[in-house]
Amino acid sequence: MRSDLTAGGAESPSWLLRLAAWGGLVFLHFPILIILLYAFNTEEAAFSFPPKGFTLHWFSVAFGREDVLEAIGLSLKIACLATVIAMVLGTLAAAALYRRSFFGKESLTLMMVLPIALPGIITGLALLNGFKQLGIEPGVLTIVIGHATFCVVIVYNNVVARFRRTSYSLIEASMDLGADGWQTFRYIILPNLSSALLAGGMLAFALSFDELIVTTFTAGHEKPLPLWLLNQLTRPRDVPVTNVVAMLVMLVTMVPVLLAYLLSRGGDSVAGSGK
Amino acid sequence: MSAVQFTHVSRHYGAVKAVDDVSITIAEGEFFSMLGPSGSGKTTCLRLIAGFEQPSSGSIRIHGSEATGLPPYQRDVNTVFQDYALFPHMQVLDNVAYGLKVKGVGKTERYQRAEEALAMVALDGFGQRKPAQLSGGQRQRVALARALVNRPRVLLLDEPLGALDLKLREQMQSELKKLQRQLGITFIFVTHDQSEALSMSDRVAVFNRGRIEQVDTPRNLYMQPATPFVAEFVGTSNVLRGEMALALTGQQRPFSIRPEHIRLADQQLPLAADEVQVRGVLQDVQYQGAATRFELRLDNGDSLTVSCANAFAAEQDSLPQPGQPLLARWSRQAMVSLHEPLAG
Amino acid sequence: MTPPSAPTPMRRIASMLYRRPNFYLLLLLTPPLLWFGIIYIGSLLSLLWQGFYTFDDFTMTVSTDLTLQNFVNLFQPANYDIILRTLGMAIAVTLFSALLAFPVAYYMARCCSERMKAVFYIGVMLPMWASYIVKVYAWTLLLSKDGVLYWFASLLHLDGVVDALLQLPGIGGKTLSTSNLGRFLVFTYIWLPFMILPIQAVLERLPPSVLQASADLGATPRQTLLHVILPLAVPGVAAGSIFTFSLTLGDYIVPQLVGPPGYFLGSMVYAQQGAIGNMPMAAAFTLVPIVLIAVYLSIVKRMGAFDAL
Repeated sequence: MRSDLTAGGAESPSWLLRLAAWGGLVFLHFPILIILLYAFNTEEAAFSFPPKGFTLHWFSVAFGREDVLEAIGLSLKIACLATVIAMVLGTLAAAALYRRSFFGKESLTLMMVLPIALPGIITGLALLNGFKQLGIEPGVLTIVIGHATFCVVIVYNNVVARFRRTSYSLIEASMDLGADGWQTFRYIILPNLSSALLAGGMLAFALSFDELIVTTFTAGHEKPLPLWLLNQLTRPRDVPVTNVVAMLVMLVTMVPVLLAYLLSRGGDSVAGSGK
Repeated sequence: MSAVQFTHVSRHYGAVKAVDDVSITIAEGEFFSMLGPSGSGKTTCLRLIAGFEQPSSGSIRIHGSEATGLPPYQRDVNTVFQDYALFPHMQVLDNVAYGLKVKGVGKTERYQRAEEALAMVALDGFGQRKPAQLSGGQRQRVALARALVNRPRVLLLDEPLGALDLKLREQMQSELKKLQRQLGITFIFVTHDQSEALSMSDRVAVFNRGRIEQVDTPRNLYMQPATPFVAEFVGTSNVLRGEMALALTGQQRPFSIRPEHIRLADQQLPLAADEVQVRGVLQDVQYQGAATRFELRLDNGDSLTVSCANAFAAEQDSLPQPGQPLLARWSRQAMVSLHEPLAG
Repeated sequence: MTPPSAPTPMRRIASMLYRRPNFYLLLLLTPPLLWFGIIYIGSLLSLLWQGFYTFDDFTMTVSTDLTLQNFVNLFQPANYDIILRTLGMAIAVTLFSALLAFPVAYYMARCCSERMKAVFYIGVMLPMWASYIVKVYAWTLLLSKDGVLYWFASLLHLDGVVDALLQLPGIGGKTLSTSNLGRFLVFTYIWLPFMILPIQAVLERLPPSVLQASADLGATPRQTLLHVILPLAVPGVAAGSIFTFSLTLGDYIVPQLVGPPGYFLGSMVYAQQGAIGNMPMAAAFTLVPIVLIAVYLSIVKRMGAFDAL
């Protein structure tokens, strides 16, 4: 066994392990490849496999559709707003909680995790109910509030990890050298946080853009992209357009994650773990 | 006017007294060390001067004006941190110029002064690097330059040499001392290394459990320790108490005798007029290069450490063996009478 | 270096905040506290409170008369079926995910170069974050009659095997997309990455010296796996199972789109509040997944799951 260990500490795996590992990775990516494939399918109505031909036709059809464009615009708007709110609240919470311990700190962290720890249907139903009690009509505002609520913890996790890795003596050193709280925030804290903050924001954006369950409850008459997609699934006649939109949604949710990973590489590896 | 003055300063965290009723006066231009084991309150005292902590009671004056309540950025002191605390996202030059930048010094002037400060610590040409690209010793110098560029009247150093290896540490010790003489500003130096404190300082304060046991020059600390703690923490010492103390000094108070002031004697030789002697059994012999250390168990059960400078090889053959009964003798003048500190 | 003549207002505020750290902390915490306290916890409590309201079956209206009837109604045999169906699926998905995840995580953690590890990491992260609804949609394409899986099956002359699987009681059905097997595959696929990452994290923290010690003491690789690696990976599996278990338990989209008819916990809640309009019953029903998840968390907490999160 000792001879199996190379200098880098990596073991040489048996073919069975290698097969299982790569098999798992293929399993994870196969459906995604199928989506990519079907978006270029010439066929109009069926799910039949293999596809009969290759076309870009459905892209132009999809982008000509008013409802598709509206859904995309709406989802982008919601994701941007929710991300901004989540970034502000998550950073404030991280700044408050990372260092000092005080009574009730644990319950505060739990409270932030709850919206994604509890099944989405509970969060959604609770929010719907809460809005009703306050007499707020479901719409863009309520969707944004809902999304921001479960995105906070994503930003918080990224930022608090960076705070913890940043030695507190940096802040003391800055003050020692004559900088007040504002200057220290501007010149020391913000530059050190920025990549973690950006990574957290990207993940929050991806999460919000794709969120379906809470959105179902808080959307009212609005139709953001995931809801539009869900609706399409019960409507087989639009299959080609659905395929194209599905591919786009997938890309929009995957690219920010890739960027977030690149941003936090070399820093902490927390970005993205624990969606 | 004194550089820093503590008057009955205490810092409590709940029931823990990190600093307990400390009063000291540090003179301007002095190289002052705070020495003690970890948790003895020395670092807290430094942080009180820097303004990272506020005293629970008492008053701190810096250059005559009350500093209690002032945030760190309104104090004319600068700190060299134990972990250096260099800003990782800034180049070395920007690190050094930071203090000038936040005080509103213009770009040309602050970079010029930063370059000068880097030259002072022999790091000219390193300005464009990031801290991560420097060695430990170089980071230490950057931290020093970053503090000194602000021309503070008091420089605080929090175990700045702790992370360096022995050779580099000794080199930095003499450089720091030289720098302090040349600049003429007050250095307050925190360390747990007694030899470092002795070799660099004008005066040393020895901390134990939040209190100061003795403030004195290095020579006096070693030759005239005031308390058993100081005697044993600064150098090595034998502290003898009770019956033994009474028999040898005629006083109830404990006394200290340094191992190198004791010699092992043969039964036959007569006792000199000003000498005392005790009887013991040799337990252990440790060869230490320049000296050999003998551990004796005295008749009353106390142990006694004796250190003898090693002479030429010829004498080494007749080394006493463990188990052998021996006499230990020393001069009356070598005994220092101690007093127990008042209980906190 | 004399202090500047007159401090600016901003600096005065900075100094004021510096001197009052508790006030500063409060200032930082107030916005998130208000947000979560009012919007989230407030809504949650008011939802649970609604569980005590009365729903009139004849007029289909809700009155604010307080009753325990909704909670009593949870214990109807029909609801047991829903709970067992959901619970069974959640447990099956968790076990199978752990089985699939372990080799991937092990390979990632211990057999890869840094570069390959990054490839695997992104390879797991991307499907994890890729749109949920699109992933479900992809599986409806895969499972459908004439779809990809059937095509592959006939290509490899395995039609008989698929049919035989679908004949099995409990997991079978008319087609893949209406069978429990299909639903199980979709769930496993969607939550698998959540299982891989915590196991990988735990395995990566295993010092190589532990495995070397095991080998040095005479254990075969198999024995090392069984007696050293697997026990030490338990906290990671437990942490991952929190996700696979509770996400399956609360889902109502997948049961709606794939698999046989019959309510899941989530779809029951959804139907109660939506189609039926019985908000009090829906509110009472939300208590079931909350209780189940709380019980589950208390179990896996003992297995060290929270240290591996």
